[in-house]
Parts: sequence; C-alpha cells; structure tokens
Amino acid sequence: MRNKDFTRREFIRNLSLTALAGVSVPLLSSCTKEETEDFLQKHFREMTKEEKQGVIAKLEERYARQYGRKFQISTQEALPDTLWGYGLELSRCIGCRRCVYGCVKENNQSRRAPQLQWIRVLRLKRGSLINLENSEHYYSPDLVPEKGFIYLPVQCQQCQDPPCVKVCPVHATWQEPDGIVVVDYNWCIGCRYCIAACPYKGRVFNWAEPDIPREEVNPSVHYLGNRPRMKCAVEKCTFCIQRVRQGRYPACVEVCPTGTRKFGNLLDPNSEIRYIIDRKRVFRLKEDLNTESKFYYFFET
Amino acid sequence: MEALQNTLRETWHFYRRTLTLVAKGGKVYYAWCSLLLVIIFVGLVFYLRQHDAGLIATHMNDQVSWGLYIANFTYLVGAAAAAVLLVIPSYVYHFKPIKEIVVLGELFAASSIVMAILFVMVDLGRIDRFWHLIPFVGSMNFPQSLLAWDVLALNGYLFLNLLIPIYLLIKFYYHKEPNWKFILPFILLSIPMAVAIHTVTAFLYNGLPARPFWNASILAPRFLASAFCSGPAIIILIFQIIRKVSTVKLEDEALFKISELIGYAMFLNLFLLASELYKEYYSHTVHIEAFEYLFQGLHGHNQLVPWIWTAMAMNVTAFIIFLIPATRKRLLTLNLGCLLIIIGVWIEKGPGFVIPGFVPDPLGEIFEYVPNLLELMVSFGIWATGLLIFTLLMKVAIPIETGEFTHVGYVERTHRVEEERQAWKQISSGKF
Repeated sequence: MRNKDFTRREFIRNLSLTALAGVSVPLLSSCTKEETEDFLQKHFREMTKEEKQGVIAKLEERYARQYGRKFQISTQEALPDTLWGYGLELSRCIGCRRCVYGCVKENNQSRRAPQLQWIRVLRLKRGSLINLENSEHYYSPDLVPEKGFIYLPVQCQQCQDPPCVKVCPVHATWQEPDGIVVVDYNWCIGCRYCIAACPYKGRVFNWAEPDIPREEVNPSVHYLGNRPRMKCAVEKCTFCIQRVRQGRYPACVEVCPTGTRKFGNLLDPNSEIRYIIDRKRVFRLKEDLNTESKFYYFFET
Repeated sequence: MEALQNTLRETWHFYRRTLTLVAKGGKVYYAWCSLLLVIIFVGLVFYLRQHDAGLIATHMNDQVSWGLYIANFTYLVGAAAAAVLLVIPSYVYHFKPIKEIVVLGELFAASSIVMAILFVMVDLGRIDRFWHLIPFVGSMNFPQSLLAWDVLALNGYLFLNLLIPIYLLIKFYYHKEPNWKFILPFILLSIPMAVAIHTVTAFLYNGLPARPFWNASILAPRFLASAFCSGPAIIILIFQIIRKVSTVKLEDEALFKISELIGYAMFLNLFLLASELYKEYYSHTVHIEAFEYLFQGLHGHNQLVPWIWTAMAMNVTAFIIFLIPATRKRLLTLNLGCLLIIIGVWIEKGPGFVIPGFVPDPLGEIFEYVPNLLELMVSFGIWATGLLIFTLLMKVAIPIETGEFTHVGYVERTHRVEEERQAWKQISSGKF
C-alpha cells in the first residue's frame, strides 16, 4: 500500500516536473547544469543511495572549488539504540563563551556580516531563573564570572516533541532516530516559521551568503550537520552530529574549561547523562510547553 | 466538431475584444495604469536586489524574523475574507442593491488574495524552492503545518473568487441566465471558505506556545472581526470611485447597508480587544511583556506605542461614526470613517500584531524592528500590482455589468457574414 502510494506520488511528481521543465526550457537553459541540478534536487530522505552519492560528489567538488580544501562529507546514519541527551551544570558555568566560539568553528557558521551562533549564553541576576526578560545577552566584562550573576547557556534543546518540525510546511526539518533534529539545507524554503515556533531560539537564519574564511573552514562534515550552508536557509545545533555518531563528544562539551557540559546516551543506563538525571536535581527549560526537551540543566548535589 | 470550432472562435473573439477593451481608455485611465506600472517596476528592482543579497537586504533578523511583508499578508487575507460580507446578504437574503455589486466585491477579494500570496512569496528566502510547497510535487507537511493549510486555503479561495465572478460575467456577456444549480454551491462554499482562510491565518500564529502574544484563543475571532471592518471599508471607497468613473449605478443604500455591517464588526473588534487587554493586565503574568511593549513601551523601547494609540483613536472614532445613523448615512463622514478604519486596522493587525509577537523574543531579548526602504518599496510594488489587477478586471467587468460590453455586436456581424455568404452562393449558383 505504502509502496503503491509512493510510486503514484513519484509518478505525479515526475510528470509535473517534466511539465514544469518543458514550460521553463528557455529559463532553465539560461542556467548552468549545476544550477538546474540544484533546483531539481530531491528531499534528502527520498534520495536513493546512488543519488546521495551523486549529491555528495557534487558538493565535494563545489567545496573544493570554494575553500580549496578536500572535504569529507558523511551521511552516516543514527547509531542503533541511541537517544542523545545533554546535561548542563549551572553552578559551574562561568560565562566565558568558549562553547559559543568552539561551536562556530566546528560547525562552519558564518563568521562576519553576520556572525551566526548556535549557543547563546544569558547572564541572569541572581534570584531569577525562569523569567528570561531580564537576561543580558551581550554582557562583556573584562573578567568572568561576575559577582551577583549566573550564566545560562541556551542552544537547541533537541525536543522530543519539537514545535519546529511540526510547523515546517515542507518537511525540511525532522527528528532522526537518535533524537537529533536536523535540517535538509537544500530543501528549506526559508519561510522562517520554525524560528517563530521555537521557544528556545534554537534556530538561526542565513540572512546573507555565509562567509567562512578558507583557512578556518572545518572540512570534516556531516551532510545534515556542519557542512557549509547557503544563503536564506535555516540552521541549528545538531549536538555535533558529525562527531557524536562517531563516538566523540560535541565540540562544546570538549571545549568547556569547567566541565559544565555533559553528554551521553539516554537509553544506556550506565551513561553519564543517566547518572546525572538519576542523582542530581535536574530541570528542563520551559518544561511547561511540553516540548520534552532532551537538554537537562542541573546544580551540584 | 463544428460546435467545438464555434466555441473556440467565440472564445477567441471574446479574448480579443477584452484585450482591446483593456488597452483603450481615457487619459485618467492611462495615467493611473502608468503610475501603477512605474511603482511595480521600482518594487521589482528592489526585490531583485533583495533576491541577490538575501534577506539581509531587509531589516529583519533572528530576533524579529517576520516583518512588514507578513504584516501586510495578514491584513490582506482579512480584506479578502471580507468579500463574504457582501456575498451573504446578496445571494442568501436576495438583498437587491448589494447583489449588483457582489461580483465586483469578489474580484476585489481575488485581487487581495493575489497580493497576500505575493507578500508571502517575497518573504520566502528561497523562492527557487517554492515548488517544495506544491502538493504532490513537493512534500507538503499537511495536515501538520498550518502554513500548508494556508497555502491550500488561500489558493482554494482564490479559485472560488475567480470562478464565481468570471462565470457570472460570461453569462451576462452572452445574455444568458446563469445555471444556478451549478454555481450556487460554489457561492455557498465561498462563505465558509472566507471564514476559513482568515481562521487558518489566525491559527498559523495562534498555535505557537513560544509566542505568548499570539497564543491567545481569542485570536481567530479578533481576526475575523477586524477583517469585517477593514475589508468592507475598502470596498465602500472603491465602489464610490467606480460610480464616479463609470456608468455603473450604485445606490447609496447599498453603501449604507455595508456601513451598518461595519459598525457591528467594529463593535465586536473593540470588545474582543478589550477582553484580551483585561485578561492580560488584570492577571499580569510574565506574558504581559509583549502587550507592555506595544501599549506602553518596555525598558525604554517604545517605538510602536504612538502607532498603536493612533490606531486605537482611529478605530474608536470610526466606531462612533458608524454607530450614529446620521454620520453613517452622510458620504463625507462615511468616507472619513472608512479611511480611519482602513489605516487603524492596518496598524492594529499588521505591524501592531506581527512585531510584538517577536518582542521580547523567547529568550527575553528586545530588538526594535523598523522596516527599511527596500521593504517599503517592495510592499508598495505589491500593492500596486494588486491595484493594477483590480483595475484591469474592473475595466472588463463593469461594462459587462452595465450591458455596454456584450455578445450582441458579434452575433450581428456573424449574421451579416452568413447573409453575405448566402447571397454569394445564390449569386454564384446563378439564381439571379
């Protein structure tokens, strides 16, 4: 049944695309072959293995041209029996923002004009935690931590019931089996409905063509993660999908100088994250919105 | 075969005559159309710049990620939905004076929908991937995403509002009685559809718990109430212009009837707003921040405050004008009231609705958004496009309605041709 449906859909799509192509022959003939291919590229989850390989080859060539580096583009799938979860110990965070810049570097965010960041560190006056209205996003003292303040890093909380996935009109964003919410940057139409829907400001938009200096680019990338993006597509934290699926920690966990950040498999009873949930007093941001986030904040003891 | 040939010939004839009709006009008509074309051209130039640079060319950012475009979109969906206000009394209750102008009202709705769709298109970052949204061709997230619903609802409504008036006009053109069994179901369907497009648009914002300002269950009713003020107000003004520049006889009575409906709708609109303000200010939870930003200013950021109070003053003044029969039934005050409503509601449910949804943002950041020149120019371009479409539609629809543009001339000519041919046959057969 499902199969039949699929073929019918395929058929209608091919028919319509052929018609579309026929109508727009003069238009398309003014485009290069590569542009035409980009235009007609399928949704990542509907590509066959061969089609994926073709797209990867095309991207490798393009990135090599653009950045003068040989890229490793992975399409590695989720590991079995994994559901990634994150722990963040608020009493340790000193607000140094090393995670912010470590993330920018690892994940090939646009550097200048504008600089995109997937992690935001909020500075809160002691005595208030839930009401973020009085938070300061652009604090810049000579030295952190400052007296009388605590720091609250926020990034995509990898909700188990993500509002952004629900609202996307074209299925350009979805949840992987290991719980990571990813974006097909080539399928996103740039409507920014997901940005409006996210309660954590976990998504940022490429308002302009991303700008990454050649010498700073990270050539070890995942197709659904840190590969260089294009203008007017949305992007977000993927728990460093390119690293965690290879058994490494996310960059922010590694770079944190105070051990504030913890990471692990929620389905593994012996993981560090499970230890934290079982023994510490954890809470999740905006739990009242029922997003079932997998990002646990906690305090020592 | 011959019937088909005839139909084709008839259709071609109709098109040719329509084109001539559209291309010929007085000085005012040419001046008006050229003005609109110039504005459209300027808007297009600015849009191409945005397309080239990306949305960075606008003043939107990650804090306020929707701006003037989506504000205009929201307003125009409302204006389009309002056409139903004319449909209900004219078709269902057979209220004669409105019946004559309902076709024009529906064409107005169609033009508004085109504008609304254009505003969404220019807001899309990747217009090249627009086809991902097309059902069966792309991969539409239906029924999960309200934006998918909106695409279907808006296009469905556009289809209805083109089908109904065009069908009726063609029947008028041929002096035939419309087949009511065929068209009445569509007319009746357009009533719930009008409510549906605006409800879906309200739900699009309404369903986001991340944005408490929009996450109020009163939103959809408020949307409908404000739409039923602004849409008919625009229509009242347009009909007076039509009456001036053409031979269409529009009775004042019809305008006054519409204005009475506007009075009711404005009462509802103000009442629903008051209910919302009461709830927010009396309970005074953290969710009041957006309201404070809009009505009082928040932490020294108060750029929307003068706008919203201007809108409030306009809406209340207009309500009083439409409440008192003496002012409602005088064209001067009626037009003043319409103008106040058009601007007041635009502020209230355009920028005054979209922007506070993003301020403060979910992490408490306050960014004051002001559209830039490019956004203004692109918006003007789209408004001009809608007006041009409406003008051209009117140029054809009005003469059909008044009976100046009909099939008769053609029939006579074919008869003549036929007679000549007969005569020629007789001559050649040597009967003379």
